[in-house]
Amino acid sequence: MSLRSPLAVVLGRGSAGDGVAHWWAQRLSALALAPLTLWFLCALVRLQLNDYAAVTIWIASGWHPVWLGLLLAALCWHSRLGVQVVIEDYVHSPALKLGALLFNSGVHVVLLAAGGYALLSIALRGTA
Amino acid sequence: MQDRPLSPHLSIYRFMYTMALSILHRITGMWMAIGLGALVYWLMSAAAGEGDYARATALMGSAFGRIVLLTWLAAFCYHFVNGLRHLAWDAGLGLERRAARNSGRLAVALALVGFLVATYLLFYPHAGSP
Repeated sequence: MSLRSPLAVVLGRGSAGDGVAHWWAQRLSALALAPLTLWFLCALVRLQLNDYAAVTIWIASGWHPVWLGLLLAALCWHSRLGVQVVIEDYVHSPALKLGALLFNSGVHVVLLAAGGYALLSIALRGTA
Repeated sequence: MQDRPLSPHLSIYRFMYTMALSILHRITGMWMAIGLGALVYWLMSAAAGEGDYARATALMGSAFGRIVLLTWLAAFCYHFVNGLRHLAWDAGLGLERRAARNSGRLAVALALVGFLVATYLLFYPHAGSP
């Protein structure tokens, strides 16, 4: 049973109903990112970053593509949610807000797709 | 949707450094969202081949590139430590005023130490790599 009046429902006032899911997604991605980012930073410290062969071999070896893919996905997810909150808080014009939110989602989808493609392409190069 | 009641806004409160820490969490997050683009650019250049990768590392290893990378590292260190603080709050821990202020100081200190250690490890042992 809804406690909102039919008029309030029609006017679209009140909660959209997906705030809790957003909240959880932000925290869960943060929890995933804590170990993943630390692992990545430690790896960067040990890698000779201007050595192309060493870097691509490291990316392609063992479970590294899996962890890197998860890192990338969690980063994109967490980043999209965070930028979304900032847009919702500071952009007040409805049209501009909608445009900014769509742009934010689109950019993060492109980043995820490009990063995922790059990882697969490096990881599968040796066996192809 | 106009003229709906708003909760008391920022300007009504006396400034506290915990407020600065809170807004810094957002600023560092936004800055790293841009850094995500650099990370993907780096991966794409590695996928494209040795020449493209050399161009990317030359860009990132330049003086300007290093400074930008360092700001992302600093942003990461702060956002990481302060993010753990936020997760503790979400679990209901450390919400009292004194605890929140102390954990704020601790977060800044830990982030600073982490940043210095990471910078030293990233830049010092291999001269010439970004």
